[in-house]
Amino acid sequence: MTLTLENVAKRVGADQHLDPLSLELQPGSFNVLLGRTLAGKTTLMRLMAGLDAPTSGRVLENGKDVTGASVRHRDVAMVYQQFINYPAMTVYENIASPLRRQGKDKAEIDAKVRRTAAMLRIDPFLQRLPAELSGGQQQRCAIARALVKGAGLLLLDEPLVNLDYKLREELRAELRDIFADGKTTVVYATTEPQEALILGGNVTVLHEGRMLQTGPTGAVFHAPASLECAAVFSDPPMNVVDAILTNDRVALTDGTSLPLSAHDRNLPAGPCRVGIRANNLTVLRRSERLVPIKGRVELSEISGSETFVHLRHGDSTLIAREEGVHSHPFGSEIQVYADPDRIFVFSTAGQLVAAPNWRRGALRNIA
Amino acid sequence: MSKAATASAAHALAPGALASPANIRRSSSRVSGKTVILIGYIVFLMLPIYWMVNMSFKTNEEILSGLTLYPHAPTLRNYVIIFTDPSWYSGYINSIYYVTLNTIISLTAALPAAYAFSRYRFIGDKHVFFWLLTNKMAPPAVFLLPFFQLYQTVGLFDTHIAVALAHCLFNVPLAVWILEGFMSGVPREIDEMAYIDGYSFPRFFTTVFMPMIRAGIGVTAFFCFMFSWVELLLARTLTSVDAKPIAATMTRTVSASGMDWGLLAAAGVLTILPGALVIWFVRNYIAKGFALGRV
Repeated sequence: MTLTLENVAKRVGADQHLDPLSLELQPGSFNVLLGRTLAGKTTLMRLMAGLDAPTSGRVLENGKDVTGASVRHRDVAMVYQQFINYPAMTVYENIASPLRRQGKDKAEIDAKVRRTAAMLRIDPFLQRLPAELSGGQQQRCAIARALVKGAGLLLLDEPLVNLDYKLREELRAELRDIFADGKTTVVYATTEPQEALILGGNVTVLHEGRMLQTGPTGAVFHAPASLECAAVFSDPPMNVVDAILTNDRVALTDGTSLPLSAHDRNLPAGPCRVGIRANNLTVLRRSERLVPIKGRVELSEISGSETFVHLRHGDSTLIAREEGVHSHPFGSEIQVYADPDRIFVFSTAGQLVAAPNWRRGALRNIA
Repeated sequence: MSKAATASAAHALAPGALASPANIRRSSSRVSGKTVILIGYIVFLMLPIYWMVNMSFKTNEEILSGLTLYPHAPTLRNYVIIFTDPSWYSGYINSIYYVTLNTIISLTAALPAAYAFSRYRFIGDKHVFFWLLTNKMAPPAVFLLPFFQLYQTVGLFDTHIAVALAHCLFNVPLAVWILEGFMSGVPREIDEMAYIDGYSFPRFFTTVFMPMIRAGIGVTAFFCFMFSWVELLLARTLTSVDAKPIAATMTRTVSASGMDWGLLAAAGVLTILPGALVIWFVRNYIAKGFALGRV
């Protein structure tokens, strides 16, 4: 279905949970809501589902106004962050329950339940109670119940967050295929930029109840409209340093000067802010093009097979990514290397001025 | 010290698995110390009950002639009288009738009320919820006169429903508190999930929600049953003949020939039985019930 939100806002008491925002979700599209905790993802989802009514604005389903309509009469299905199943019913009955409410006949229910359960690989457990399943299986059961309903709008509120790392990876890879039926409009909320990138589709970035940007996931990632958006859609958060822009160079406050690549030329001179993602700030000098930046080590954070080195550089903290597990002594002066072709230039007010040409970059990486 | 630590670690790792002889000896001596104290305590608790059961199988002559630890001339006379004399067994029927009635009314009223307190915010909800319990803060005698007068006026005096309704004064608030505790343990998302799935509220409540809190409903029913079953003052005052409860019958056993001790003891045994039976069914949830469902 086409879901249209027109200036919807949510206020609870004196707290503005969601500023007015407008959004249109196309039929069959996959939409990611990205934002940190308290960004308003769940609030927005509840408005989309009709569990809460917006304080102002309208919600339209295929052009029909459904603002304030009871969730019972809406064409939605939802999966919660917590594993929500009916504990007193077997897995089979759990999955069958939306179909039973729709008044489908027995044979059809049975066929659909078994097909969906097989798709989510919980078919051996149909006669068990949800409490007798592992966390991942419980969530699969909840997802199966949402899928089997065949609703036009499927909402997933951080469905993988309570699962362990391995299961999350596994289920995420499967979800993408499961949702690819092209009929259902899927909305998927997550706090992790990684997850948004893996899932693809469209992304809507939320921060503290405001919509920062919306668009195709790749485009938003490679050209975040503002520093706030870049901070949310970057893990670890994008490094930001104050700088002065001159004709074809950008000078950091400590005097380090980076040449501007073609895409950043012809920008108005003056103070600006420069953003560099951690993976474009490396400890190894991979190429002569890279510009050294000095910093004092504050922390070496090991994440999987990578190390994130936190550096103090003037007033700001820089985070550089390093392949492999390394440890730099606290307080030691080291140099990290920034790729001038990969820097973002923001105005002092935080609006994007120039972004690296990511299509060209992608091609070069392949070569 | 280190040995004890190793032993307890071994226990923790594999309860019931192989243990060294030293462990077995020490733990068995510790258990026997505990056992003595526990047995002493249980004897202390069970003695009055045993004595009543003991008396119920004795003749009045044996009871009055001296101390005997068990019936020397066991007799079922006392039980036979209770099960054959209508003035006795009707007391049980009356009690069971109004207690059941009360339990049903209390649960029917308390289930929706507890759901509202657990799920919705409304003006004064916290205050109303707290002041529900005021009825339990006063002794039942306080309500004796108003109830008596009221029921006389509306013609409810000496009916089962009168006692059942009077007991609701204590049981409904208690039931609301216990059920609210159990209901608040159910995530709100389950309610929402059910509405998304297309359940109507009544259907959701009866087919999804109530099965989830069935332990709470059982415990609540047990508490209502118990309070109503043992309550004597209101039950006796609001009835005379037609709905006279067993407890009231028992207080009126003094006849011209003196007190019938054996009969009284048999009646006492039969009064304990239903409670013991109900406790058996909810034994696993009673502690949670006493904590009003908030454990």
